Amino acid sequence: MSNLKILLNGLITENPTFVLILGMCPTLATTTSGLNGMSMGLATAFVLICSNMVISALKNVIPDMVHIPAYIVVIATFVTVVQMCMQAFVPELYSKLGLFIPLIVVNCIVLGRAESFAAKHSVINSAFDGIGIGLGFAGALTLLGSLRELLGTGKVFGLTLMPEQYGSLIFVLAPGAFIVLGYLVAIMNKLRKA
Amino acid sequence: MEYLLIFIAAVFVNNIVLTQFLGICPFLGVSKKIETAVGMGAAVTFVLTISTIVTFLVQKYVLDPFNMGYLQTIAFILIIAALVQMVEIVLKKVSPSLFQALGVYLPLITTNCCILGVAILVIQKKYNLMESTVFAFSTAIGFALALIIMAGIREQIAMTNIPKGMKGTPIALIIAGLLAMAFMGFSGIV
Repeated sequence: MSNLKILLNGLITENPTFVLILGMCPTLATTTSGLNGMSMGLATAFVLICSNMVISALKNVIPDMVHIPAYIVVIATFVTVVQMCMQAFVPELYSKLGLFIPLIVVNCIVLGRAESFAAKHSVINSAFDGIGIGLGFAGALTLLGSLRELLGTGKVFGLTLMPEQYGSLIFVLAPGAFIVLGYLVAIMNKLRKA
Repeated sequence: MEYLLIFIAAVFVNNIVLTQFLGICPFLGVSKKIETAVGMGAAVTFVLTISTIVTFLVQKYVLDPFNMGYLQTIAFILIIAALVQMVEIVLKKVSPSLFQALGVYLPLITTNCCILGVAILVIQKKYNLMESTVFAFSTAIGFALALIIMAGIREQIAMTNIPKGMKGTPIALIIAGLLAMAFMGFSGIV
């Protein structure tokens, strides 16, 4: 499989959010605005790329019996790296995303890709898979975040597109997350079948 | 009284699934039948309460005194994974009937983010041991409540005629959205 194909597979065919429906918790919780969604997506993408590469490099060393705990330790290490960097350099963003940064550890996408891709392919291929899936996830979060921000406050990335009083706050609150994502998945289903 | 407040706040006002977005995967995955929803809810209640007590003690007596707070994420996830394994083994020996009922749900729980989420939340909220236990237990009850309500609705929805593209996940998400809206009615009670 060529690297380009792997990249596109992650971005479109196996998009983690819209097609595989994985990693829903951060998807719903952190997409209150386009910027928040994008930062969460990129943080996850970073962990995914690094853990994919390391796990693929170590795949012949890790005994089969303990491979899941070993993968979790690798992933948790990178999550801690991200957590500490964000705390140091972007404390404001860190406090907004809060709990969901350490929770990248239990994001099923990361462990899922380690198990189904990195454990079977070369380091370079795994890196591209990490980039594809990571960007697919980040893109989906940015789209969902921007839509919720637009419907809720009339802004996208802080840029006013329509008067604020036309926005309905419910879309920024919890129910809006479920409803907007529900309609997005339905639209994607329709597009893929057409 | 204080514990009652924590209980009501965790079950209704800050419902873990519908307002905090933790544990969405099992919420969408195993909410197709009431029976499985009850099983999953019971398994989560059991593991969440035990794991929160253990991680709380580890944070208090191992990580804090030795200044190793940065190991929190790694330590907690390993404790939870090991604990779930242990609960499974012990249950199999001690109470085969309970194991039969909860068995299939136990391995799934390790990756349920509400377990790790609550473990970290009680540290952030600076609860003491008793408050943490009550908080963990009531959070799990809230999770089970949301799961069972959802399963009840989905059993009904399965029999109705909905647009093709909306079948499956999309309609489940929209139901969850409406449920979340209903739960917003509780905000402000505590």
